[in-house]
Amino acid sequence: MIWVDTVLQGVLLGGLYALFALGLSLVFGIMRLVNLAHGDLIVFAAYLILMLVTLLGLGPFVAALIALPIMFGLGWALQRVVLNRVLGTDILPPLLVTFGLSVVLQNALLEGFSADSRRIPAGWLETASLPVGPISLGVMPLLTFLSAIGVTLALQFIFYRTSLGRAFRATSDDPVTASLMGVKPASVFAQATGIAMVVVTIAALYLGTRANFDPTTGPARLIYAFEAVIIGGLGSLWGTLAGGVIIGVAQTVGAQINPEWQILAGHVAFLAVLLVRPRGLFPRAFD
Amino acid sequence: MSPILSLHDVSKSFGALTVTDGVTFDVPEGQALGIIGPNGAGKSTLFNLITGGLSPDAGRIEYDGRDVTRVPPMQRCLSGIGRSFQIPQPFDRLTVFENLLVAATHGRGLPERAVEADCAEVLERTELIHVANRPAGGLTLLQRKRLELARAMATRPKLLLLDEIAGGLTEGECVALVDTIRRVHAEGVTIVWIEHVLHALNSVVERLLVLDFGRVIGIGEPAEIMASKEVREIYLGIEV
Repeated sequence: MIWVDTVLQGVLLGGLYALFALGLSLVFGIMRLVNLAHGDLIVFAAYLILMLVTLLGLGPFVAALIALPIMFGLGWALQRVVLNRVLGTDILPPLLVTFGLSVVLQNALLEGFSADSRRIPAGWLETASLPVGPISLGVMPLLTFLSAIGVTLALQFIFYRTSLGRAFRATSDDPVTASLMGVKPASVFAQATGIAMVVVTIAALYLGTRANFDPTTGPARLIYAFEAVIIGGLGSLWGTLAGGVIIGVAQTVGAQINPEWQILAGHVAFLAVLLVRPRGLFPRAFD
Repeated sequence: MSPILSLHDVSKSFGALTVTDGVTFDVPEGQALGIIGPNGAGKSTLFNLITGGLSPDAGRIEYDGRDVTRVPPMQRCLSGIGRSFQIPQPFDRLTVFENLLVAATHGRGLPERAVEADCAEVLERTELIHVANRPAGGLTLLQRKRLELARAMATRPKLLLLDEIAGGLTEGECVALVDTIRRVHAEGVTIVWIEHVLHALNSVVERLLVLDFGRVIGIGEPAEIMASKEVREIYLGIEV
């Protein structure tokens, strides 16, 4: 029974990793941009929610709701003002720019919020749990996992059922032809990054309420996000969710065997998947 | 009839190489003009100048009575210039129908709902309706060529530019495609068509223009052009 519990907790933890990864997957899938500041943007959003909670006395979910449009706007502006200028055939400039952004964000957060670790207070929800037979599931982890599924479904819907999604896919397929068809890649990319930042905010809500964070928390989240994206197959949204779950389960199973193995087990699972399926579990048919 | 497209003394050079050399011609509304010329004569460059992918070093391009020489490609597409590409470039991961939707919504600046029926009709006319929901990456060559045509038509162009659309097709496929193009032309769309497959071209166009080393060396009735000594020498490589 303890193993069932372990795996179940791992699946729920995987939801958090999937949320870290979905924004990264979205941006990479559409514009082949590896955003090295992704983890720091999650931490930034967590501080934003924390500020709304402490300064305005809002509940964490209401605060996140307010943070969503702010982060969308920031993502949109970031793409328009900075990232669109460095996108091109060479992948190095965007890597350098997002790396720089990561350094700037970390130091700005350090300057503004100090190095103390913080947590978004979620009241009774922090400890609430649901008994499922002999196992008890935390309400927050459950909400995290359901949000991950919800975000995947929403992104899937945007991608395959809307005009914007078709523009996303057309631009990702061939930006030159797309622009000849009248699609404006600069604007499409800005909307994509805006949406990615909405996902980042949702990830930040659960990161901040479930664990402590400080200005240097970002890069570690980025690694989990990377691993989830790559396990799933680049650009596949359901694959990213599966990737997050695999890392989550590997971590809790590893921790169950030996508490020191938690992080290591996640990385080993990642390497194991790469050995068997170098292109990930759900690679795209055409590339 | 007033010309829908006219080029006045248009020139373009890449470094020392002049690829378009003082080209002047008119296309009256509703007409189909064929452009022929040996490889490297500057045919595709001419198209890029008309669609705005390249801008000329000298000369003036007028479309629909307006000077569009410096108008960006987007604007030209919105004002009704549609084109197909020599090498079909569909969005492989999108379905055939979605390929058209993207072209129609963005090329005409309309919401999807407003163009859906129209796109379906274009698919009907280009005989692609039965593969509408398949990813474009899996189409045959004829279907890809048809999709090129359909995608250009989905923008409801007043002027349709076709770039070697019949190239690489078998005889039967070519006949089927030409049939479709003839029908589109009969509906009143002005066509400018670059093609090496001369019998395909000559069964549709009313006028023929011959390019060589970026210069217009003849323009007129297809039969007249094909019979001229200069054209036979330069284009067909026949000593007469």
